[in-house]
Amino acid sequence: MHADGFEYHRAGTVEEAVDLLGSIPDAEPLAGAHGLLPRMKTDEESPPALVDISRIERLSGIERDGGSLTVGALATHADIAESTAVREHAPALAEAAGAVGDLQVRAGGTIGGNLAHGDPRVDPAAAVLALKAKTTLRGPDGERTLAASELFEGEFETAVGADEIVTALEVPTDGAGTSAYHKRRNPLSGYAAVGVAGYLRCDEGAIEEARVGVTAVGPHPIRLRGVEAELEGASAEAATAAAAADRVGESLPASGVRSDPYASAEFRSHLLSVDTEDLLGGLLGDA
Amino acid sequence: MSDAAEGGGVGEPDDAEGVFGSGVERREDIPLLTGEGDYTADVSRPGMAHLAIRRSDHAHARIVDIDTSEAEAMEGVAAVYTGEDVVDSGVPNSIPTAWMLPGLVTPQYRILATDKVRHEGSGVAAVVAESPQRARDALDRIDVEYEELDQVTEPVEAVEKDVPPVHEEAEDNVAFDFELGDEEAVEEAFADADHVASVDLRQPRIVPNAMEPRAAVAEWEDRTEKLRVWMTSQNPHLHRMLLSAGTLGVPENRIEVIAPEVGGGFGSKIYHYPDEAVTAWCSMQLGRPVKWRASRQEGYVTDCHGRDHDTTAEIALDDDGTVRGVRAETHAGLGAQLSQFGTATPSYLYATVLSGQYTVPAIHCRVVGAFTNTTPVDAYRGAGRAEGIYVIERLMDVGARAVGMDPAEFRRKNLVQPEEFPYESAAALVYDSGEYERAMDKALEHVGYEDLRERQERLREEGRYLGIGVANFVESAGLSPSGLAGDLGSQAGGWESSIVRFDSTGTLTVMAGTADQGQGHRTTYAQIAAEELGVDLEDIEVIEGDTDRIPQGMGTYGSRSASVGGGAIARAAREVRSKAREIAEHQLEASSEDVVFDDGTFHIEGAPDRSLHIQEIAHEAYLGHDLPEGMDPGLEETNFYDPENFTYPFGTHVAVVEVDPETGETSIEEYVAVDDCGEVINPMIVEGQVHGGIAQGIGAALYEGAAYGDDGTLETRRMDEYAVPHATQLPDFETDNTVTPSPHNPLGVKGVGESATIAAAPAVVSAVVDALEPFDIEHLDMPITPETVWRALGGAE
Ligand SMILES: Cc1cc2nc3c(=O)[nH]c(=O)nc-3n(C[C@H](O)[C@H](O)[C@H](O)COP(=O)(O)OP(=O)(O)OC[C@H]3O[C@@H](n4cnc5c(N)ncnc54)[C@H](O)[C@@H]3O)c2cc1C
Repeated sequence: MHADGFEYHRAGTVEEAVDLLGSIPDAEPLAGAHGLLPRMKTDEESPPALVDISRIERLSGIERDGGSLTVGALATHADIAESTAVREHAPALAEAAGAVGDLQVRAGGTIGGNLAHGDPRVDPAAAVLALKAKTTLRGPDGERTLAASELFEGEFETAVGADEIVTALEVPTDGAGTSAYHKRRNPLSGYAAVGVAGYLRCDEGAIEEARVGVTAVGPHPIRLRGVEAELEGASAEAATAAAAADRVGESLPASGVRSDPYASAEFRSHLLSVDTEDLLGGLLGDA
Repeated sequence: MSDAAEGGGVGEPDDAEGVFGSGVERREDIPLLTGEGDYTADVSRPGMAHLAIRRSDHAHARIVDIDTSEAEAMEGVAAVYTGEDVVDSGVPNSIPTAWMLPGLVTPQYRILATDKVRHEGSGVAAVVAESPQRARDALDRIDVEYEELDQVTEPVEAVEKDVPPVHEEAEDNVAFDFELGDEEAVEEAFADADHVASVDLRQPRIVPNAMEPRAAVAEWEDRTEKLRVWMTSQNPHLHRMLLSAGTLGVPENRIEVIAPEVGGGFGSKIYHYPDEAVTAWCSMQLGRPVKWRASRQEGYVTDCHGRDHDTTAEIALDDDGTVRGVRAETHAGLGAQLSQFGTATPSYLYATVLSGQYTVPAIHCRVVGAFTNTTPVDAYRGAGRAEGIYVIERLMDVGARAVGMDPAEFRRKNLVQPEEFPYESAAALVYDSGEYERAMDKALEHVGYEDLRERQERLREEGRYLGIGVANFVESAGLSPSGLAGDLGSQAGGWESSIVRFDSTGTLTVMAGTADQGQGHRTTYAQIAAEELGVDLEDIEVIEGDTDRIPQGMGTYGSRSASVGGGAIARAAREVRSKAREIAEHQLEASSEDVVFDDGTFHIEGAPDRSLHIQEIAHEAYLGHDLPEGMDPGLEETNFYDPENFTYPFGTHVAVVEVDPETGETSIEEYVAVDDCGEVINPMIVEGQVHGGIAQGIGAALYEGAAYGDDGTLETRRMDEYAVPHATQLPDFETDNTVTPSPHNPLGVKGVGESATIAAAPAVVSAVVDALEPFDIEHLDMPITPETVWRALGGAE
């Protein structure tokens, strides 16, 4: 439908937003409008009502507190990319946010919308998986948290309920690990053709903890468990990267690898191996 | 060219002398860049309704039934029409082809489909409503029952496989079977030659993607029985004629076509499409203004695509690298309907440039034009010449390898030499002028060719793959000498018309039948008139794009505006000048030999104070008090300029790339373009044309290429699925030029609109293939995406 219009509501508080979402059938939150509006224009989504949460002050801001970073759902990609705290304690997230779209998209799009939408190609998602970040949600029954691995469920499907909003992202920063994100840009869309984020914590020349999150590869962002298994316990040297990247194949989504006019599933898997090895090689070089 | 701004000085020089050839700033830019330009979509008329078109989402299907009742019942819907309604109205309802070929099959091309749909996007019903949203909503309420038919989207399959014909009139889907050249001579050459090298290649479909989608506003006025149509047109007069004689039957003198600002065309806005005719027809039915605007996605499936060639080409050579002959056999996809120049583009515009810049004693080309269940294919920037030069340049690469010569040296050896002009090629053209080696040397010097080859060697040892691609091009531009084009099948003239008029207060109005889509005619045309008449630029107004203001014209396509349009302006201005001179001689009481014209002023030789400025003479001409015996008043001339030949711009482009064999990624390190477009009116504008052209050529080589899926619908239907290159994906361009005037053009200009697109694709493809020489790659088809390279190198095995 090309509705002549849709209902528009602006929520002043989180409570109000949750109430509106609960009372108006099929209403959807609107934050930076850089995910939803493009799809409304092409008829891929047509919510009858929007609840604008972009003015809820409590949802913005980035804070470091003890062992974690709290990133407000309304923090824009630009806010995150430029934050000294994020750059220092969660470089993969800062790099992923900095790789989103262009200046205009980064200034408008928010982390909450980026994660809640479930677009299978978004950059920050890979970092969120690698960093084991948690999302905080608020719904009619109060607050709950979702682990990164529980958030993404399918193409444009997330575990965020219809009457829930994401309020924040919690990124653990206690470990002495390093992280990074690598984006291979699809020249057609500017989105990732393949995006890989890695987190490594090494001790005395051995890899103690390893996580690799990838985006644009399956129906939703995933972790490469086989690669992680190869890394954990292995020696922290560049050669390990190649051995780990060899196990990309077994970690791929069961439902198949994405295929689009830019890259077939086969080629995309190849690129993923190349980029995984490069990224891990870089991290191990620094470790 | 890159330092051109210094030469002439940017900005309006205060004396008119030297205006021609200087990098005057574009007079149109401020309104265009600040959003003040008025485009068709900005036109609004009292009582205007909005049209949306229901399009087929099948490639090939019989229309069983169309139920419009639910849409008609919607609030705010004024009318819903089907193809049958158009037929019942009795209008001619036939979009004609503008170029006949022997044996051409010409099925009727209706403005809304009736019996069946032949490509995705073809219009089946029209909704007129009070708002554009309402009109589009109503489209979903139209129930169309189809019976799907097998479809075919590839030209070779279309004629070789047993598939249901797109048109009953052409059982084998062959629209034409065209031949050019001397087959016997070619056979002999091939039999005698020491080597034969060949290449099979595909030139994929290009979606033109002008920045402004197509649009039309039509207003039928019952009172005067007049139809006024604002539309995105490269040639409003052609559209007037086709709306009259082809689709609607309204007398030509009661149609006004207005092309306001037009945001790019690249060929796609030349043609008469069904949609603009439906807009006008709806306005006539309802007696109220109607507006239609294509969405970007509608553009993907309705704007005529470019290219779509499948070719086997061969070159015959002697041991010493002398070219003996060339032959090519091409299947060209025409799409589901014949667009106006859809037949000319893959036949004459293509086969006649197969000699390129080289002496090729024998040439033969066969082209089978095939109907396919796809969006119609027609001229896209470079039209035919781009496809032909691509073929000869690919052959020059495989030929060089066959005889073991450096590709640049091999090209040089076979170049047509300056003293051979006018040069009659074996492909039926007579090249007007050229100094090919000079431009080629300049380009090779810019990149440091010899050093590059050494660097390439060194890098290969480190496992890095640098490639150097050299492309020489020549094109037949300045379309077209009417008689010659007529002999070959054109149904239209190739002249251009201009009116140059002094107003009674001394200002000057220049009108031309061309139509700007961003090229900067308001600047360059004023420069031409300023040069001829010595009038300051600020006193000159340029008018285009309105058939009621400019009586006749052919439009802007085929790199013709500067050469043919500019030629008409120069000739009209010269006639104005000679009439002004007669008045000057009369009023100065001097004889012709004693009066000199200098920078706008007629004065007596040796007595500069006895003078009259041409703008004062204009006033006298309209006053009519004191004119030479028998002279009519007024100072205005109309000129129809019909060129005696095409013009032949040429040049050499060099691309330097590095290819990563692991990921297949190509990065362009350096790009040098040396163009010769004859005399240069405005170097800054020429450079702009070259930049845009290279971008589109690189787009074709590395990124673009429309693909149809197994169901015959377009797979690459949005800008995130079809890659128009972004500025960040393009290298810096180094541009330079040489000047070889066209001997027959009134201004010595050759045109430059299409040149760089023609040159860039073969230059880049050649560079990538050169980089991959160690892997024994002889050729790769466009677009050469990373996956193309990866597969070619066996990555998938
Ligand atoms: C041209 C362009 C290029 C882009 N390129 C990239 C890219 O390269 N990489 C990349 O990662 N992304 C890219 N994006 C997407 C961008 O990152 C979006 O900003 C992001 O995906 C959505 O965030 P938003 O704040 O704009 O959300 P919105 O568009 O406002 O909302 C998106 C969805 O999330 C829901 N939502 C929003 N906020 C919340 C919340 N707090 N709680 C619950 N649900 C919520 C909405 O209801 C909606 O369904 C691009 C977008 C554009 C327009």
